[in-house]
Amino acid sequence: MLKTLGAAFGAALMLGAATFAQAAGTISGAGATFPAPVYAKWAEAYKAQTGTSLNYQAIGSGGGIKQINASTVDFGATDKPLKPDDLATGGLAMFPTVIGGVVPVMNLPGIKAGQLKMNGPVLADIYRGVIKKWNDPLIAKFNPGVALPNLPITVVHRSDGSGTTFVFTTYLSMKAAHWASEVGANDAVSWPTGLGGKGNDGVAAFVKQTPGAIGYVEYAYAKQNAMTYALMQNKQGLYVTPDAKNFAAAAANAKWASAPGFYLLLLDQPGADAWPITAATFILVHTKQTDAAKGREVLAFFDWCYKNGDAAAAQLDYVPLPASVKDLIRKSWTKIVGPDGKPVYK
Amino acid sequence: MSDQALPAAGQQSPGASGRRAAPRGAALGKVFEGLCFSAATALLIALGGLLVSLVLGAWPAMRTFGFGFLFSTTWNPVTDVYGAAGPIVGTLVTAAVALLISLPIAGGVAFFLTELCPARLRRPIGTAVELLAGIPSIVYGMWGLFVFAPLFSKFVQLPLMAAAAPGSLLEKLTTGIPNGSGILSASIILAIMILPFMAATLRELLLTVPAAVRESAYGLGATTAEVVMSVTLPYVRTGAIGAVMLGLGRALGETMAVTFIIGNSHGFPKSMFDSGSTIASTIANEFAEATTPMHVGALIYLGLVLFVMSFAVLGLARLMLRRQGGAA
Amino acid sequence: MTASAARVARRRAVNVVFEVFCWIVTAVALVALAAILWSLLSQGLGGLNLDIFTKSTPAPGSPGGLANAITGSIMMCLLAMVMAVVIGTLAGTWLAEYGGRSAYGSVIRFLNDVLLSAPSILVGLFVYEVLVAPFHSFSGFAGSVALALLAVPVITRTTEDVLLLQSATLREAGVALGATLSYVIRTVLWRSARSGLLTGALLAFARISGETAPLLFTALNNQFFTLDLRHPTANLPVVIFNYALSAYDDWRRLAWAGALLIAGTVLAVTIVARIVAQEQKRS
Repeated sequence: MLKTLGAAFGAALMLGAATFAQAAGTISGAGATFPAPVYAKWAEAYKAQTGTSLNYQAIGSGGGIKQINASTVDFGATDKPLKPDDLATGGLAMFPTVIGGVVPVMNLPGIKAGQLKMNGPVLADIYRGVIKKWNDPLIAKFNPGVALPNLPITVVHRSDGSGTTFVFTTYLSMKAAHWASEVGANDAVSWPTGLGGKGNDGVAAFVKQTPGAIGYVEYAYAKQNAMTYALMQNKQGLYVTPDAKNFAAAAANAKWASAPGFYLLLLDQPGADAWPITAATFILVHTKQTDAAKGREVLAFFDWCYKNGDAAAAQLDYVPLPASVKDLIRKSWTKIVGPDGKPVYK
Repeated sequence: MSDQALPAAGQQSPGASGRRAAPRGAALGKVFEGLCFSAATALLIALGGLLVSLVLGAWPAMRTFGFGFLFSTTWNPVTDVYGAAGPIVGTLVTAAVALLISLPIAGGVAFFLTELCPARLRRPIGTAVELLAGIPSIVYGMWGLFVFAPLFSKFVQLPLMAAAAPGSLLEKLTTGIPNGSGILSASIILAIMILPFMAATLRELLLTVPAAVRESAYGLGATTAEVVMSVTLPYVRTGAIGAVMLGLGRALGETMAVTFIIGNSHGFPKSMFDSGSTIASTIANEFAEATTPMHVGALIYLGLVLFVMSFAVLGLARLMLRRQGGAA
Repeated sequence: MTASAARVARRRAVNVVFEVFCWIVTAVALVALAAILWSLLSQGLGGLNLDIFTKSTPAPGSPGGLANAITGSIMMCLLAMVMAVVIGTLAGTWLAEYGGRSAYGSVIRFLNDVLLSAPSILVGLFVYEVLVAPFHSFSGFAGSVALALLAVPVITRTTEDVLLLQSATLREAGVALGATLSYVIRTVLWRSARSGLLTGALLAFARISGETAPLLFTALNNQFFTLDLRHPTANLPVVIFNYALSAYDDWRRLAWAGALLIAGTVLAVTIVARIVAQEQKRS
């Protein structure tokens, strides 16, 4: 029996050692669920073409920031951009990948997608729990002719730390003073009311299951699940539909070149077609890479995505960055150096 | 029993003269005993390491919030102020309600299997109940969210909310989101989860009652109910309490079955259908993305609280079961 | 009716109520089991096909399977079991044969029980602090260690119980023949307790194969197929956790199929363990 035990132990050691064999080209990333659908599509295509696997775990922007700080992943993904000071403290470089929109979605019997109109202050009051029913006069006021049901409003928010939440709550803070003072803006806040869903998925799932529910998700989730979204009133006072064209309109005036560290929020942008809750999503990598080859693989992946990924992104209603911004980003990559101090990617 | 071989009859003991070779395998025997001892001590080290790492990780939060942490309901990642009252209450309430629901059922099943069940059905039903114990908790979570919640909402929540007169106690108890999630739903799923475990343990306890004791009671003309209530139960009382505490310990620490369906909000649950959170669900949801040291510390502080609770409950349980006579 | 007749009638009535209650709650328990199994089967069987075993987890909207998650789970569970069997058997042997009656032995036994019932998420936290954060990498290896920590107490407990059941005559006969105690343990006791030890191992395996919480912060997950345990490794429980909460139908179908696979494995292993235990009782 001892022999058997010993043999088993030895086998385990060997199994362990064998599995410690070099795995060809794998990069790991973690973070935002906002861009997860497009990153997954890009990873599949990239692996088919080059054989390198990208393992991306959508654990929320907060998770992405934490794990890249702990260096347990090769890159972090976040929709909550880090300010240049925080980047410097963490030794991180940041760059955007795509632009998308956060969309309020609801589950209202009899109401179709794009039928309901919504604006910032009313949304804030719904999420504060002040407006409790769908047929409240405050909502009916700018929805004449829409048969609002007499249902209680079930607020759904994120239970995990989320850049989508950061974008959404920043927008609410901009539009409603009460929200700014009572709750504030962050990737995780103390929600006055509502259910917490895990990830953009979880919020979408809860909203789909609950009549009378309202939630906020990245647009790809609303589209892929055929959810009922609302039109939002933008800075111009017009009610716009969420789609790639209007996200691009919001991003059209973005001054990337003058944003240090690419820190830029695209909320409530001017423009007749601009969708008010538009946001870019970002990648975080260490400026000093401990493994130059790994650093090169990460940047090579994103370079490939900039060159070849626009079609896949557009299919999911993300807005690819303009070519000029992509060039700016590539220039910024000279900051990312290996242990020898030389840039890892040319 | 010592590890030295007994000297063969008539021979001198090994130490006396150098002639007799050391007993075969004595050295190996010492090594073996040492290995066994190290393995046992490894358990001690593992648990000690667990406790130490929890305390170390929780230290930033412990230093800042102190014991007030246990009573504050603020959980605000924006201002980095945390208080555990919401998750602690959620944990205690769900575990207590789960126990309340599952104890009578587990008791009933145990009594059924020992007193009432036809002999042929005893094995299959007993096996079926134990099989329930083997279903992974994530299955309970999924079943709870996708199957139980819609039914609960339709047949329990909505009717109760409709029937509650405005201003009545019932209305206060039933405010909330009628989508099947919430404190009560989580408690029910938890009850189903700990049921087979408690039923199996209680049944084994009941089997330790000597047949003579039960038969003499029956012989005196007692009905089944009277035998159970007046003879069997008092006999296993201490052990039964121990089994209950074991079930409580499991309910306190359960993560997956609860996270899906409890609604994940950190405040004090104010009604049966309100969403809440437990310590385990809070850690599961937030740990991977807690960025500030205070947030991480607060979560580990939560874990430490859970550990202390489970430790206390388990300690009591083992004490009870040992006093009963090792029926566990 | 005389007083005693009334009393008898009342006692009989109470008895009937009691018996009916027991029948009903047993039926309730069985119905709950049937309901859960029914959901598992109806939702999970629909998702079971050959792709599950041949393709890796997909991006939303693409077809795929659970091959990487199944492989990852098997690898981590097997590695965990090997570690747990070695340590648990030795620890249980120590408790049964060497130091179990001392004060230190009581402490070890108590701590073993605590670890047995410790919330698995705390074990995950501990392994994260010790094996993930310092090494800056999630790994299947860390996941295996977390699972092993959950399996060891089960095996220790069953080993000790089973060894204590072995008759004293076996030990005494061996020692009387001049063998050392360790030799007797290794060649006689372990052999005669063989099926009990196997039962313990099977029960431990059943327990850890369904555990999700400890893997959340240790092995994380992996979209792709890998045999390298140094990196995040796909595993069934975490995949189910992520997919079940999503809004995509094909992901939810995969989640149910995965749940069916896990539950089926656990049930099969538990049944085998019981059969082995019966043989032990008979021999």
